[in-house]
Amino acid sequence: MYNILAITKKEFTGYFNSPIAYVVMVVFLGIVNILFFNGAGFQGLAFSPGLFLRGTVDMRPMLTHLPWIFIVIAPAITMKLWAEERKLGTLEILLTLPVRDYEAVLGKYLASFLFLALNLALTLSIPYTLTRIGNPDFGPIIGGYTGALLLGGVYLAVGLFASSLAVEQIVAFILGALVCAFLFIIGNQVIVMQLPVQLGTLLMHICTATHFENISRGVIDSRDVIYYLSATVFFLVLTNITVESRR
Amino acid sequence: MIKVDRLEKSFGATKAVDDVSFELKAGEVLGFLGPNGAGKSTTMKIMTTYLSADSGSVSVEGFDTEENAIEVRRRIGYLPENNPLYVDMDVLDYLCFVAQVRRLPAATRTKRLKEVIGMCALGDVQRKNIGQLSKGYRQRVGLASALLHDPGFLILDEPTSGLDPSQIKEIRNMIREIGKEKAIIISTHILPEVEAMCDRAIIINRGRLVAEGVTSELSAKAAGEKIVYTAIKSEASDVREKLAALEGVSEVTVRDSLAQGHNSFALKCSPDKEISEAVYDLSVAEGWKLTELHSEVATLEDVFLQLTKD
Repeated sequence: MYNILAITKKEFTGYFNSPIAYVVMVVFLGIVNILFFNGAGFQGLAFSPGLFLRGTVDMRPMLTHLPWIFIVIAPAITMKLWAEERKLGTLEILLTLPVRDYEAVLGKYLASFLFLALNLALTLSIPYTLTRIGNPDFGPIIGGYTGALLLGGVYLAVGLFASSLAVEQIVAFILGALVCAFLFIIGNQVIVMQLPVQLGTLLMHICTATHFENISRGVIDSRDVIYYLSATVFFLVLTNITVESRR
Repeated sequence: MIKVDRLEKSFGATKAVDDVSFELKAGEVLGFLGPNGAGKSTTMKIMTTYLSADSGSVSVEGFDTEENAIEVRRRIGYLPENNPLYVDMDVLDYLCFVAQVRRLPAATRTKRLKEVIGMCALGDVQRKNIGQLSKGYRQRVGLASALLHDPGFLILDEPTSGLDPSQIKEIRNMIREIGKEKAIIISTHILPEVEAMCDRAIIINRGRLVAEGVTSELSAKAAGEKIVYTAIKSEASDVREKLAALEGVSEVTVRDSLAQGHNSFALKCSPDKEISEAVYDLSVAEGWKLTELHSEVATLEDVFLQLTKD
């Protein structure tokens, strides 16, 4: 545990030594706030109306977009964690310190999770705004944030796995984003309809989006929670296997 | 003591390390010699538990690198090839991180950090980003982090590569200083380095151990003979024959004709004979004018070239 925390501390503070972290934060907060207040539209058509056009005090406009934003944000947070160690050769330093491989994996994961949580915490200005202009229902808001953390947790584990496979950060980023996007869309109606029923149902169960819908409605179902946690563990185990495979 | 026993490791079809065994005893400085790609780094990576061997074993004070990797890592300090470092951390943060993971007791941690920073002369740069440091300073940061937990064994993979001559001298002095109390294994392909720093050396080529011994012994082994160079001024035509007739001289070659009646010779002879004196005595007796007389024994370089030629 002590080692895990030492690595978490090193990686977390490390985020603020590189410009990438600030870029990620600015992009994330910018997009989230624009989508929430202004909405997204094209030539006068509002695909996703913002707060003022909708006229309701809930967080729907933000929460529905969050999984999409996470597809690029999560791999951007994790891309350097292994790839850079491999590129600089510092992996050899880290893994010859008296640290077990899984401790390094968990330490890095925890750091990325804290960084994502920090980003999410900075969006709390949105629910605060809502309380100033109306009486929002806190159920979906709390559910939404919980879901965002759980879903983000899965994506970070995917990103960490991608980073453990890559030498270049950019490769880690693209690979991670692709896997995250894949996991997000495979349960989509358009895809599932074309497939045999059993396969379609299976894909819907694997899909990260189906589970997010429940949670963002404010319903925290243990099945969804277990799904997210086990998906996270699955990708962390894969990461650990990749790290061990160097030997 | 580090015991390497019949180590083997392949990458695909190439055998990087092939049946290598040796020992590193407490308090000795061992040179690990070999041309580039001979398997030095691979061997060191196995010794430090970064890689595992296909067969054979390494034990550090009785702890096996496979079964007890963590115990092994606690007992060694390692400077990997090219000295990789976290370039976006500052020196002190990096050393603190290592100290933390190394579980240096909190009570003595600060004291030990100061000690090591002093020892490696890092005081001026401790708040600088490692990425901004010169190569020499980086090397010292690498050494400092390897020394932090006061390990009994240091494994240094080409510690002086890429440094300028004065930095090389500096690092060598540090290693010599450290070597007084610790066992060190240094890999290198720079021969004077081994002669300057090491008590003993092993030579590896294409993954196989080709020689092992005390540095001076190794040189003598390869040689088997000594060469005496001499230049003699004389009008006589039988100088060469007379030199060849000396006891212990097996062959005389004319190296160069410096002038009319002034030739330089190379005398191959057995290493145990004092041929130089005999040459002098002969010159005096014959009335030759001796303008040059010196002998050479084979150096580690000769051994190395001889053993590693394909």
